[in-house]
Amino acid sequence: MTAPILEMKNISKEFPGVKALKNVNFQVAQGEIHCLVGENGAGKSTLMKILSGVYAHGSYSGDILFNGKIQKFSNTNASEKTGIAIIYQELALIPDMTVYENIFLGHEIRNGFLVNWNETIKRAGEMLKKVKLDVNPATKVKDLGIGKQQLVEIAKALSKDVKLLILDEPTSSLNESDSKNLLTLLRELKNQGVTSIMISHKLKEVIEIADTVTVLRDGETISTLSANEVSENLLIKHMVGREINSIYPTRERKPYQEVVLEVKNLNAYHPSLGRTILKDVSFRLKKGEIIGFAGLIGSGRTELALSIFGNPVGYHLSGDIFINGARKHFSHPKDAIRTGIAYVSEDRKGNGLILIQDVKQNISLANLREIANRGVVNKNIEVQIANQYKNNLSIKTPSVEQKVGNLSGGNQQKVSLGKWLFVRPNILILDEPTRGIDVGAKYEIYTIMTDLVKQGMSIIMISSELPEVLGMSDRIYIVASGKITGELTSAEATQEKIMSLATTN
Amino acid sequence: MTFFYNARKVLQQNIREYGMYIALFVIMVIFTITTNGTFISSRNIVNLINQTGYIAVLAVGMTLIIIIRQIDLSVGFLAGFLGAIAAIAMSDPRVVANGLNLPVYVVIPLTLCLGIMAGLVTGFLVAQMKIPSFVASLAGWLIYRGAILVVTESTGTIIIANDAFNAIGNGFIPDIPDIGILPGVHKLTLILGVLAVVLLVINELNDRRKKQSYNFEVLPTEIFALKLIFLAAIIGGITWILAGYQGLSWTAVIVLLVTLIYNFVMSQTILGRHIYAVGGNPDAAELSGISVKRLIYVVFGSMGMLSALSGILFASRLQSATTTAGTLFELDAIAAAYVGGVSAAGGVGKVVGSIIGALVMTSLTSGMNLMGIGISYQYIVRGAVLAAAVIFDVTTRGKS
Repeated sequence: MTAPILEMKNISKEFPGVKALKNVNFQVAQGEIHCLVGENGAGKSTLMKILSGVYAHGSYSGDILFNGKIQKFSNTNASEKTGIAIIYQELALIPDMTVYENIFLGHEIRNGFLVNWNETIKRAGEMLKKVKLDVNPATKVKDLGIGKQQLVEIAKALSKDVKLLILDEPTSSLNESDSKNLLTLLRELKNQGVTSIMISHKLKEVIEIADTVTVLRDGETISTLSANEVSENLLIKHMVGREINSIYPTRERKPYQEVVLEVKNLNAYHPSLGRTILKDVSFRLKKGEIIGFAGLIGSGRTELALSIFGNPVGYHLSGDIFINGARKHFSHPKDAIRTGIAYVSEDRKGNGLILIQDVKQNISLANLREIANRGVVNKNIEVQIANQYKNNLSIKTPSVEQKVGNLSGGNQQKVSLGKWLFVRPNILILDEPTRGIDVGAKYEIYTIMTDLVKQGMSIIMISSELPEVLGMSDRIYIVASGKITGELTSAEATQEKIMSLATTN
Repeated sequence: MTFFYNARKVLQQNIREYGMYIALFVIMVIFTITTNGTFISSRNIVNLINQTGYIAVLAVGMTLIIIIRQIDLSVGFLAGFLGAIAAIAMSDPRVVANGLNLPVYVVIPLTLCLGIMAGLVTGFLVAQMKIPSFVASLAGWLIYRGAILVVTESTGTIIIANDAFNAIGNGFIPDIPDIGILPGVHKLTLILGVLAVVLLVINELNDRRKKQSYNFEVLPTEIFALKLIFLAAIIGGITWILAGYQGLSWTAVIVLLVTLIYNFVMSQTILGRHIYAVGGNPDAAELSGISVKRLIYVVFGSMGMLSALSGILFASRLQSATTTAGTLFELDAIAAAYVGGVSAAGGVGKVVGSIIGALVMTSLTSGMNLMGIGISYQYIVRGAVLAAAVIFDVTTRGKS
């Protein structure tokens, strides 16, 4: 084995309330393609952010050795100078600038105080040749497809004389032929002496390209495997091999009868991204049932939920939605709400709550009609109702007049839940209901869900946490690249089966 | 002891809200002293209110616009343009070429409707065409500026000869016949003032009783009493000052009505809640079943209507429509809203605050005029006050 170009020793990183990494050891040999795999939240991205200096030296413990020397990166510039470049899932290009401007952005070729554009264009051309991208360097980046944009990112990294290239899920938004091109390119760069680390969820791809694979789980290094020992089954086993602790409330599961929601052949196409988001999605939800939607981040589950909820932003929809047997078309979330559907967003702060308003105003917002008389809000009833939800959901806040922005994540989530329970829905869609909240609050949310279905509500739970999906759902649909790739009953589902269906591309 | 403790607690909790009132009070005291009492004289206060009127109504509309994270630069010249339209509509065709000789009671609603339509056009550009409101309303600024010049091209300044119309900006409410007591005092104004105090007390007591019936926390009795006495004293004081001259002006009545209606809508109704929600987080509002587009139309429509009202007030005050009417009104209105505590980030602000903001700005002008301070220094002082108000707002917001 050649000498390691990178060694990360005993790396630990804590976020408030969460230990994201626990004594992780990670070694990359000179000139190899090293894949990093693990479930959502296993710590892959955190580890790479430490390596690239996003989390500065001092905010974590442990050592980074690059080319045998200890490195203390205080920011991303420092890591770039030593030859480490990272390419994120969301590309960091400026759409309205040309390819050559983007490639040399931040390290322009100077001529005194001025930019030497001729040299820039010439060098950009050379970089594009290296990544086998045949476009005019003067093309604007927004006019390129997403696959080509990714190549521009790589060209940008190469122009900085990169020695270690990190790619965070580079193929997640690419189609098949673009993905193939990218993998071929990585091999060629390897021949030119560039070492790469690739984070990926697509295990077939990992097996195809990796020289070495490291598996992370719950912030710990589980195994480092070489190319000849990896197999899909082994990787899945290492990724999910945790025991399910019995933190899930027990619940009587019976055969459910009445279908409350049926989705038939739902398709969604996003014209500005130029790709299909949902492909022939069909499923059913019965009264009193909890169904889980498992899958990886970006597989299209949130888009599916928003399509049902009448808020498909930026994409075209076709297909049929039936509520209690009647065909419905929702042109705005308000129609969905009136029909008895509630959607608790995955992004509390982004589009779930109004942080500058208080608890009572957030809870009443989606159903002000109920507490208003001829359009005039009865504020006393509002306080009363808010207090009711505060007690029922045990929201920890000094009063319902407290601004939601001052509450903890778990309590914000409960306010969000209270808001949507107040619209008195029959169908509750929960999108990542326990993301970023602590174990105690998680259990409370599960208990609330159990109570709700007992009262006859039906719940769709979107979750990237497999134990949660297994622990709470009656049936599980697995979504990958906008398609339902499998349906499992709670009896037959295992983490391995779900992960295997979620990683089929 | 508990009294002082309670009083301090209430003050601390509401310092942001009371800050503007305190500022206005301080400014008035300073000018009263520096002008040997001329500033607080009945005549000057009445003048000051009438001067504030056409900016105040714009500031009310602008408050809503800024709350939903937009801006409207077109309102000044729109007001000027609609003032000219109203003047032409009322004029005798023998005097003004396109005059329609329409009566006042037709002209005013017509002008307000035109204002709403103009506002909806801006709303269309913002909501439907997704043009940033700064740009959309800047286009309006240019267009209406040109439009004023077009309609006044042949005539220049249009003199308004209609007495009823001119009373809006210069007249006062009539008095009851003299019955021998309190000579030289406007008695109807006094009666209205007393009525206002009575209504306020009844309303506050009612509210308190309702809250108690729900077992909610209410202000301690002595603080509540103090608050009522304080508010009654302010209303009483203003009434007394106004009654000492010619009483309540029609402009004051209009501004008062607009403020009461908008304050009610914003604080008590579903529509108001939706406006604050859209300003606080448009994405969350949309997902909560609120049509953000519809609200943009409503808010810009209201702004257009208030621009028309502002145009009417201004034309009436000058008894004419001039070619430069409306110049810089929009910036005065925006400044008034910011001084009044509206947040540039959206979702925060009160209509009453903006009215106080407008009063602060006009008080500065009026006071400095009386002191004989030159116009150049007046601009600098007003700029400094605007900056100070926003600094106060931003720093106290971080703490609560």
